[in-house]
Amino acid sequence: MPEAGRPTIGREEVAHLARLSRLALDDSELDRLAGQLDVILGAVAQISEVSAADVPPTSHAVPLENVTRPDVVMPSLTPAQALSGAPSEEDGRFRVPRILDEE
Amino acid sequence: MTAIPYAEALAEFEPVIGLETHVELGTASKMFCGCATEFGAEPNTQTCPVCLGLPGALPVVNETAIESTIRIGLALHCDIATWCRFARKNYFYPDMPKNFQTSQYDEPLCTDGYLDVQVKGETVRIPIERVHLEEDTGKSLHVGGATGRIHGASHSLVDYNRAGIPLVEIVTKPVTGTGAMPAEVAKAYVTELRDVLRGLGVSDVKMEQGSMRCDVNVSLNKPGQEWGTRSETKNVNSLRSVERAVRSEVERQAYVLREGGRIVQETRHFHEDTGMSTSGRSKEEATDYRNFPEPDLVPIAPDVAWVASLRAALPEAPSVRRRKLVEELGLSENDSEAMVNAGVLDVVLATVAAGASAAEARNWWLGHLAQSANAAGVDAPDLPITPAQVAEVAALVASGSLNAGLARQVVDGVLAGEGSPAEVVAARGLAIVKDEGALSAAVEAAIAADPGAAQKVRDGKVAAVGALVGSVMKATRGQADAGMARALLLEKLGVSE
Repeated sequence: MPEAGRPTIGREEVAHLARLSRLALDDSELDRLAGQLDVILGAVAQISEVSAADVPPTSHAVPLENVTRPDVVMPSLTPAQALSGAPSEEDGRFRVPRILDEE
Repeated sequence: MTAIPYAEALAEFEPVIGLETHVELGTASKMFCGCATEFGAEPNTQTCPVCLGLPGALPVVNETAIESTIRIGLALHCDIATWCRFARKNYFYPDMPKNFQTSQYDEPLCTDGYLDVQVKGETVRIPIERVHLEEDTGKSLHVGGATGRIHGASHSLVDYNRAGIPLVEIVTKPVTGTGAMPAEVAKAYVTELRDVLRGLGVSDVKMEQGSMRCDVNVSLNKPGQEWGTRSETKNVNSLRSVERAVRSEVERQAYVLREGGRIVQETRHFHEDTGMSTSGRSKEEATDYRNFPEPDLVPIAPDVAWVASLRAALPEAPSVRRRKLVEELGLSENDSEAMVNAGVLDVVLATVAAGASAAEARNWWLGHLAQSANAAGVDAPDLPITPAQVAEVAALVASGSLNAGLARQVVDGVLAGEGSPAEVVAARGLAIVKDEGALSAAVEAAIAADPGAAQKVRDGKVAAVGALVGSVMKATRGQADAGMARALLLEKLGVSE
């Protein structure tokens, strides 16, 4: 985040993020969301007013390290349970729309 | 596709290669949840709220996966981080239901190592950039298109059994100076890496099942000039293909460059059937993944004393073991290299440790067992026979109880699940028959069945007895003591040597 001023987000960047997120947004939605997101960013940017250069970014609020579990198998869901929230299923698998032909 | 032959391309251009290898760890449970990791289970039978990315589910790190990753780093002479974090790599693709992959970004567990490999008698040092821990993705099945590919598919079906299996990524630095043999170096590196991983016991490293997968980066430049633009070939899933992928990319790029063209930084897809790659998407910028520290997992800070104890307990490196094989067992460099390539080094050593001679162990694992493995489509060490059982068969041959043909039958019996070598010998009645009484009937029958050969022998053409020995062996299903059968035949025919 820049030290001075506040970050801004424009219509083009929102369109880019929407594409990455596979969200189809029309022009009026882009205008509206770009405006809203810009306001949110502005609010978050107020944090930079209190953070000094010698304060590292916080990723975890709790000072814990090395929380692990032993390598032990626990029961899984049944396939029926696993698929119960799926909008569509086929042959015991999650059925998803055609994936964009980019791989 | 148009290309310039490999050797010619490398006479004109200098190659720079890089390899990213993904290895599924052999843990019993997944990386962040307790689901089983068994290969080939029915779809979506090994999932839970954590690996399905259901709201509110929280991951917890598998401690064995951390340990295995550190051991890999140590075996590759890396520095081990004293503190590091996981990161969210955000992307939208149905193979990860969370819409992100938990990975490591700028704080990998292991950095700055190397692996020495032997290529055509030369030692090449492959510098390692990093070894980090992440999770594997689900498996997609594309329906409606030709041959299960995305292109032309109407929809896809996803199985999340694999999603969340611990995956280690091992990334080399750019490897320069491979001169005329970048493809050979790449293959030797992946082969050596596979042996190191197998020696550590951290993964079953089965490329054909996808538990070890490679991405191959290649660029070419004119001598003395800056490195060229690289391409990344994905989907390289056999040792042979690692070599083929580098080779075909060198040939392709050389043609483009010589024609005055430009190499595009792109992802290419390797096709096992043709040995060629096709262009995929041009590379998304790294920043598009919006990596950030994973808030649901606390940092990992490996204890220095613990890391030291892991280091002290590392197994011997395959290269060291290989040197021992060569020096102590008197095997040739060729044999040793063949064993490495076939992945049988460990089982050969174990067979020798179980009492077989080095030559016997070599002959079994590079011979009959290699053929059996090939026929069964598995790696020889995965055959259902133990090194101790191979040594047991070798001992039966050495003591004269079995000959080579019978020994192969015994081994086949063990492979077929008929029990231990002793049990197979007993059940199939396989033992050399040395009893004169038992053999004489077969000898009489052989002479009666082939009077022509018998007459030749009587006439002094002793070599003709070979045919008669053969029919005695056949009649006794290979169990006759050949020397004794020969002596008996000559005696009956009244010939002395």
